[in-house]
Amino acid sequence: MFAKTNPASATEAADLALAGQNVKGRSLWEDAFRRLRANKAAMVSVTLLVLITLSAIIIPMFHPHPFDEIYWDYIQAPPDIEAGFLFGTDTNGRDLFVRSLYGIRVSLMVGIVATSVSLLIGVTYGAISGYIGGRTDNIMMRIVDIMYSMPFMFFVIMLMVVFGRHIYLIFAALGAVEWLTMARIVRGQALSIKNREFVEAARASGVSNFNIIRRHIVPNALGPVIVYVTLTIPQVILIESFLSFLGLGVQEPMTSLGVLISEGAQQMESAPWTLLFPATILAAILFCFNFIGDGLRDALDPRDR
Amino acid sequence: MLGFTLKRLLGAIPTLFIIVTLSFFLIRTAPGGPFDKERSVPPEVAANLNAVYHLDEPLWMQYGRYLGDVIQGDFGPSFQYRDFTVTELIFRGFPVSLTLGGSAIFLALIIGTTLGTLAALKQNSKLDYAVMATAMTGITIPNFVMAPLLTLVFGVYLRWLPVGGWEQGWDQVVLPVIALALPQIAYIARLTRGSMIEVLRSNFVRTARAKGIPERIMITRHALKAGILPVVSYLGPASAAVITGSVVIEQIFSIPGIGRYFVQGALNRDYTLVMGVVIFYGSLIILFNLLVDLVYGLLDPKVRMQ
Repeated sequence: MFAKTNPASATEAADLALAGQNVKGRSLWEDAFRRLRANKAAMVSVTLLVLITLSAIIIPMFHPHPFDEIYWDYIQAPPDIEAGFLFGTDTNGRDLFVRSLYGIRVSLMVGIVATSVSLLIGVTYGAISGYIGGRTDNIMMRIVDIMYSMPFMFFVIMLMVVFGRHIYLIFAALGAVEWLTMARIVRGQALSIKNREFVEAARASGVSNFNIIRRHIVPNALGPVIVYVTLTIPQVILIESFLSFLGLGVQEPMTSLGVLISEGAQQMESAPWTLLFPATILAAILFCFNFIGDGLRDALDPRDR
Repeated sequence: MLGFTLKRLLGAIPTLFIIVTLSFFLIRTAPGGPFDKERSVPPEVAANLNAVYHLDEPLWMQYGRYLGDVIQGDFGPSFQYRDFTVTELIFRGFPVSLTLGGSAIFLALIIGTTLGTLAALKQNSKLDYAVMATAMTGITIPNFVMAPLLTLVFGVYLRWLPVGGWEQGWDQVVLPVIALALPQIAYIARLTRGSMIEVLRSNFVRTARAKGIPERIMITRHALKAGILPVVSYLGPASAAVITGSVVIEQIFSIPGIGRYFVQGALNRDYTLVMGVVIFYGSLIILFNLLVDLVYGLLDPKVRMQ
């Protein structure tokens, strides 16, 4: 471990040793975590994202206005704190604040679930392809190449048209689309890891291929995968909003940020707040994920060491 | 060169075949037919309609028929716009979409490379940070958010530009093109900055400077030629992004391009139209990627085409 630490922490460690204390090695992950903590943009993003997530989960439970209730006296009312409409109401007289929170819920859920689907497919596919290598690898990666050149957005739209606008379908469709890059990343990692001594040792001691992939290949490929996951989540959120914007995403009365933005865009001359609030929230969430992703990449990038 | 082009064109055939096959079977498993929205028609009429559009044949026969037609460039009649074939609709919308997308890519190239080069020349200056912050914003904020916001500011509040429409004046083109180009400007600026920083440190740039070539000529003739390579290879994905983006931009600004037909088709279950657009755009993206690879080979002497 010490061979890898940089000079500054080596002296630091030497100082500690001189002081007669126990010297503790720092793992790659501790190092990365320390670097991430030093990244202000990423830390602010983490805090903001946690705040947004918690409000989206908790506030609707206690908020006096249900997300689908129509207030006939407040049709398209501007933001009004006294009446309890923080973000105003939409054209149907529903509270935009609560609707935005529900939109955040849907967006985050889509982001996390669809990314998990892509993670599962991509990691399995990439690890198998890279570990087995040879002709299998060639064929598997050729398939990925072919899929790369397809107009995916259009296929997702077709999927929504064919099977109806169901939220589980959005999860599956987006996950099925987003795994390609993940597979490539994991394959590259697997190719370089599989020839290392510890894999050889595992093979020599009779560990099965499945267990080598599960216990050795996948955990060692985790760094780049985590970075890519944080960059996939905003990507997926974006696509879901795009679909909802076109009227192909979640259905009324349920809502998502894309639906809200689409409705707001139609009313922006008479009720600009219906566009501005959801748009700002979506932008903020996307910014947060991107900053966290960039921060993680800097923190985990081994070239930095 | 010729061999490479041929090989790539042949390689595109299975991809296109998969696109056609996938879209055909996907859309045919759809519940509900193209005539569901009509007032209920007598069964004889329904049977007649199905016969005319060959919907009564077994699926594999329909598939074979469609495949044969597509090879001949015929996407069949539109289910929704009865008087038009899909090919007619596509070629009616295509000039519009091409103008929109082409201008956006062109604008993105010019502004993106300029900004990126400036940022690289003044690395870590205020200008550099400003460009990079703008680029981050451009990448993060999707164009279906940017477009309404731009319309709100320049169309509704300032009243400088019209908020939609197409063929009534040049000024209607401005907002959609900018909205479509912004994310690409951001990406290209980032890419250019990154590669230019490396190029500006390289030996041939130092030599050029030592020989006393004026900075402007050194940058435009020498450095940019090498620095622009990553941007060239990005043009493939960029074209795909612009095509997808134009779907939503055309919707927002009511522009009569292919994207609008596609969304209308998708909402109306216009099978043939949706498939036609997917296949058309798929081929377009593949063709464009090939073109990009060829240009890259011409620009980069290190690449040998095989």
